[in-house]
Amino acid sequence: MAAEPTVYEVFRREKPGAPMTHAGSVGAPSPDLALIYAREIFGRRGESDALWIAPRSAFQLLDDQDILRPVLDRSHRTVEGYRMRDKREQLLSQLETKR
Amino acid sequence: MTTGHANDTARAEAFKQHIAAGGKVEASDWMPGEYRHALIRFIEMHANSELMGVLPEREWIMRAPTLRRKLALTAKVQDEVGHAQLLYRLAEDLGKPRAQMMDDLLAGRTKFHNVFHYPTQSWADVGVIAWLVDAAAILSQKALLGTSYAPYARTMQRICWEESFHIKHGYDIVVTLAGGTAAQRALLQDALNRWWGPLMQMHGPPTPPEHDRDLTLWRIKTRGNEDLRRDFIATYVPRVWELGLALPDPALRRADNGSWEYSPPDWAELRTVVGNHGPRSAERLAFRRLNYEQGAWVRETMAGEQARTQTCGI
Repeated sequence: MAAEPTVYEVFRREKPGAPMTHAGSVGAPSPDLALIYAREIFGRRGESDALWIAPRSAFQLLDDQDILRPVLDRSHRTVEGYRMRDKREQLLSQLETKR
Repeated sequence: MTTGHANDTARAEAFKQHIAAGGKVEASDWMPGEYRHALIRFIEMHANSELMGVLPEREWIMRAPTLRRKLALTAKVQDEVGHAQLLYRLAEDLGKPRAQMMDDLLAGRTKFHNVFHYPTQSWADVGVIAWLVDAAAILSQKALLGTSYAPYARTMQRICWEESFHIKHGYDIVVTLAGGTAAQRALLQDALNRWWGPLMQMHGPPTPPEHDRDLTLWRIKTRGNEDLRRDFIATYVPRVWELGLALPDPALRRADNGSWEYSPPDWAELRTVVGNHGPRSAERLAFRRLNYEQGAWVRETMAGEQARTQTCGI
């Protein structure tokens, strides 16, 4: 019985300068063949500027939401955490009154 | 881009045409040595500035007036160090080892931005830095989104996204002080008086385009120094003035045609300061050196871990 093919994750760049994004995966008995499969599946219409592949086993994964999205308030790190419109207008009218 | 058997001159010429046509370059693409060196020099200075830029603000984490301000300032410092990490990675990929970059920075062979050579004397300085220094910096950084070096452009997307919170947070500090007591307003005015000169110097002297190869030949940056400074003045001077604050330049005014007039920045001061002869240059480099030496055991431990896992084939 033939060995199970190795799974390769495929990444593609849509146009020059664009980031690599995950496209999908292929199963192949060798890296050379995996690249050929990837080319045929994700690049045959000229839709990709570049393709990268890597064996799935090479990836270290993290999706623990307690780590990535802790329940602690993080608003001090975001633009939305600072509502300035009212605060600015209040100051301007305060300055106006003083004049 | 070009065929393998073309000679280097022809290849370099084709590369220049590619750049001139708005082409992008990836880390794995062939590039002329001159372009590579220009990129390393530019990105390394940027990385150094992020790394050294946290030191003036770091001094105020323990003295922040409220818990929320402390959290925000800590988050900003963490962001800036993160930017240094992203940028040093780019320079490493271009061929300059991290240890070499640290050695050059600590020995004064490479530079960092003028504004990080000055003391932070009060909490108002923290507001002025986060609002105006970051606003001036983000203008240069937004101009880098169009850089010819694609990995730099993608890194700048992330950096600009994070900088927008820094500016808002700085503006909040400034507006809070401006609406506070007479003493708080005086503190803020004093900070502005001290920071305005360095802010006007920050984008560098006006350079004729033919001498600015990073701009015209390699398209590492997409806007000239004077252009960025004028943009900064036009956007931020009215915002400072509307808060009832003054700026220490008697010549500063909007002309009838809408353009801004201002006194020439002190270029001699800029040269002295970035040559590591600013008021806090030696102190900040000494502090960075001390930290680098104290962190040596961590780097050595990590290197040992890498050797161990490679030997085990994990």
